[in-house]
Amino acid sequence: MALKASALKVGDTHSERVVENLSRTQIIQYAGASGDYNPLHTDEVYTTQVAGYPTVFAHGMLTMGLTGKMLTNYVGDGTLTKFGVRFTNQVWPGDTLVSKATVVALREEGGHHYVDLTLSTTNQDGKEVVSGSASARIDP
Amino acid sequence: MAKITFPVEASHIMMFARAIGDTNPVYHDAAAAKDTEAGGIIAPPTFPASVAQFDPDYHLRPRPDQKWFGSAKGPTGIEGKPASSGSLHAEHHFEYHRHIRPGDVLTAEIKPGKVWEKESKRAGKLTFRDRVTEYRDQDGQLVITAHSIGVTTERPVDQG
Repeated sequence: MALKASALKVGDTHSERVVENLSRTQIIQYAGASGDYNPLHTDEVYTTQVAGYPTVFAHGMLTMGLTGKMLTNYVGDGTLTKFGVRFTNQVWPGDTLVSKATVVALREEGGHHYVDLTLSTTNQDGKEVVSGSASARIDP
Repeated sequence: MAKITFPVEASHIMMFARAIGDTNPVYHDAAAAKDTEAGGIIAPPTFPASVAQFDPDYHLRPRPDQKWFGSAKGPTGIEGKPASSGSLHAEHHFEYHRHIRPGDVLTAEIKPGKVWEKESKRAGKLTFRDRVTEYRDQDGQLVITAHSIGVTTERPVDQG
């Protein structure tokens, strides 16, 4: 169900745990579905011995996708008009992520109602891994 | 720049939704999706990124006729540093004019955008590159615009 402008106010929040104990297998699943087979995400030998990272890490777009799951659960299906993120820290196997949306504006444009949100996804240490913003069409 | 034909299929949407752990029936159950505000199956908002599957020259997919930079017998299958080493995804932005559905045949046109530099304590000199992808449908209508901003680092990002 779409959100209703009449039931929302600036400062309202919605948060969800979007992944618990992220597995290397889920990262591989994302590689297969998205087509991004960069070995930095799936190949422990390459990533540690050649690229110099402690282990493989999630695709930024997997973290954006996980954040998007919280977002569409909140604003409804097919209502997003904008969704953008910055990847601020890497996401590692074993991470548990919580995504949060905060209402920053409610507006009316051309007879339609919209909500503007800021987004933040943090890991189990409270470190932000994604910050972003989104807009969605809502009911009056 | 390159134009890529991107046929949107229900099974691909289902696999993509599984990969992001999203069990919303609007991504896999046609009967349930019919009764939602979307009126049928749609793709998750980040699904357009999987256009990579349809790019014949995509450099992050191994190919039978080329050496691959991931590990095999040794820790990498190529000599020297791979072209994409150190390149990370910094930002991604989507603008939706409508949400895509199974049966859409999109044409994605990729254009280079702005390039800029920044100094960072954690990874040395950073070079940012925006890549703009415009997704048009079978009627030529602009459906989605995406900005993918990549960053090349001087050295691996310090985890401190």
